[in-house]
Amino acid sequence: MSNEQTKADPSSVDHFVQQKYQHGFVTEIESETVPPGLDENVIRWISARKEEPGWLLEWRLDAYRQWLNMTPPDWAHLEIDPIDFQAISYFSAPKSDKDKPQSLDEVDPKLLETYDKLGVPLHERARLAGVAVDAVFDSISIGTTFRDELMKAGVIFCSFSEAVKDHPELVRKYLGTVVPSRDNFFAALNSAVFSDGSFVFIPRGVRCPMELSTYFRINAAETGQFERTLIIAEDSSYVSYLEGCTAPMRDENQLHAAVVELVALEQAEIKYSTVQNWYPGDENGVGGIYNFVTKRGDCRGARSKISWTQVETGSAITWKYPSCVLRGDHSVGEFYSVALTNNCQQADTGTKMIHIGRETRSKIISKGISAGRGQNAYRGLVRVAKKADKARNFTQCDSMLIGKGCGAHTFPYIEVSNPSAKVEHEATTSRIGEDQMFYCLQRGISEEDAVSMIVDGFCKQVFRELPMEFAVEAKALLEVRLEGAVG
Amino acid sequence: MLEIKNLHATVGGKPILKGLNLKVSDGEVHAIMGPNGAGKSTLGNVIAGRDGYDVTAGEVLYKGADLLQLEPEERACEGIFLAFQYPVEIPGVNNTYFLRAALNAQRKYRGEPELDSMQFLKLVREKLHILHISDDLMHRAVNEGFSGGEKKRNEIFQMAVLEPSLAILDETDSGLDIDALRLVAEGVNRLRSEDRSIIVVTHYQRLLDHIVPDVVHVLADGKIVASGDADLALKLEEKGYTWLEQGGIQPLNEEARV
Ligand SMILES: Nc1ncnc2c1ncn2[C@@H]1O[C@H](COP(=O)(O)OP(=O)(O)O)[C@@H](O)[C@H]1O
Ligand SMILES: [Mg+2]
Repeated sequence: MSNEQTKADPSSVDHFVQQKYQHGFVTEIESETVPPGLDENVIRWISARKEEPGWLLEWRLDAYRQWLNMTPPDWAHLEIDPIDFQAISYFSAPKSDKDKPQSLDEVDPKLLETYDKLGVPLHERARLAGVAVDAVFDSISIGTTFRDELMKAGVIFCSFSEAVKDHPELVRKYLGTVVPSRDNFFAALNSAVFSDGSFVFIPRGVRCPMELSTYFRINAAETGQFERTLIIAEDSSYVSYLEGCTAPMRDENQLHAAVVELVALEQAEIKYSTVQNWYPGDENGVGGIYNFVTKRGDCRGARSKISWTQVETGSAITWKYPSCVLRGDHSVGEFYSVALTNNCQQADTGTKMIHIGRETRSKIISKGISAGRGQNAYRGLVRVAKKADKARNFTQCDSMLIGKGCGAHTFPYIEVSNPSAKVEHEATTSRIGEDQMFYCLQRGISEEDAVSMIVDGFCKQVFRELPMEFAVEAKALLEVRLEGAVG
Repeated sequence: MLEIKNLHATVGGKPILKGLNLKVSDGEVHAIMGPNGAGKSTLGNVIAGRDGYDVTAGEVLYKGADLLQLEPEERACEGIFLAFQYPVEIPGVNNTYFLRAALNAQRKYRGEPELDSMQFLKLVREKLHILHISDDLMHRAVNEGFSGGEKKRNEIFQMAVLEPSLAILDETDSGLDIDALRLVAEGVNRLRSEDRSIIVVTHYQRLLDHIVPDVVHVLADGKIVASGDADLALKLEEKGYTWLEQGGIQPLNEEARV
């Protein structure tokens, strides 16, 4: 993989693109889309289109300039064709309703069949399939009740763009403080061009009265391929945030590079759950989404806690390491993950637990499942800094193989600079047991049911961490994704 | 119920069963004894249709039809139950959930309505009570962390719930203390009925004190080398398998055996 951007002569590209834009700038605003390619003008255009304050534009431009000098990471256990970053369009406004399917009758029946298997409620199917929602059902009523209740509690939950407009001081204070724009290639790209995302602020002492789900967020539709999320939990507050959706999401953009930043102040707790089911491509991996995500939580205050729970089943390529920086003394970081790869899917995922404060604790439970020709890598870093007296980590990393063409890989990195730290690592790899399969068959259970039962059992420790309905959906999702994986 | 004629089978390409004949009628209990490595577990696995156990010659008729054509789960649904010598652990899968899935799969196969969780729970309570098993086992994952005795009792419990036509108990008595043995034997005896046949594989006469078999067979080197009534087991216990090999008893001929 190479970064086309850094190879090209920037001045000539700029020149070329500039000319193009000088021409099309105004009309492009009207059509609300920029042509493929990236340079400073595109970034200025995006920022202007979103009516952003000057400091944010500068922040984007700074990220862009850093990005120009960066190269995509090549250390992951992934095979990726070079991505041509000049071939991507960095801003496309949401489709207008008249371009969308007008009813479910116009939607691919295969997609509907999957919704059926997953038990997705009828009114949700339309939204997921990209049907012009307002024509089908009215989401406003749900949204407003929901908003009223949050407002009463003092919780801010809105799109990132709204937050920039309505709470610029909060955004400015926290943006990029967990994932600096120069953090890595994809984070820098996101910082330069991010489209939209979610913003959450939980004030001191407030326990958020409900699970916050992207699903309920107003204006949530089509946040685009460069999503940006920022969650701030003030002292002694609590929030549980759900991202994603088990039903397959349609998306025409192949490259996704999201950034999620979490800040937990003193004694605050953030629980972040993800179910990711982007289109994985066909059996040969053609057309799947590339998902390069930077997620990091900062346990900034003493006794704060951040838990990541993720169920990763989609995407052609997943590159993702939700991490915790345990800065506050006695802070706690947790990572629970199920990653499934089937057919030609590749996943390189794991976590980083950076122990800085005293008596910080972290727990990592990772379950990788590979089927078909899927490749699944766990990559985890546990770092204990000098001052992190009595830091503790426990890592359990289990891999399950279904069939013979798949692979599982484990790359644990442990760096301990404090002698009082205790770091434990357990890892297992098992083929889905022939003996377990036969035991199920011998009791009359079909092969497919046996596999999903065994896999579900394997993932129990992680599913347990998910909110109830999410867990039920996640289970159904694995079943669907594993269909035909044996035999 | 079951008729095996001249059965030859290989495991991983290696011949293990070498011309085995066996006939079990409805309602009978047969015991199979024999030295380690004789092929007893192999026989159970072949009947249950385990992958990797290949029949190279002979036939197996079950309820008058060719058993070997069926998939393992079909055999189970047709009423064949194997109590495993080494019951398998399935981490994270709840024991009750597993058993209900099994029972409902079998009911569905037979065209019977599936049981909902209330109905199933009622059934489970009944069976637990009859077998004197505490319901603690039901809350745990399938065989995970079970003691040897608990695993064996769980097998018998599953058998009680699934109510098979033909049950093969592979060394269900091994590793049990005398009290556990009595409980297991009692459980099996309760399940004896006119339309259910049971094959008990064991090394020890002591189980047969509790489960009195109609016929005892000796399996050695892949064949049934001797068959007799319950006394045969007593003699074997007393004199060991070498006594057989030295011609202590003549194998019964086909006709006289069952
Ligand atoms: N999965 C297997 N792969 C290869 N050989 C096997 C396997 N299972 C059993 N055997 C061999 O088959 C023979 C019979 O084994 P088994 O049926 O378990 O005997 P028994 O139950 O009478 O002690 C033994 O020699 C054993 O080593
Ligand atoms: Mg055996």
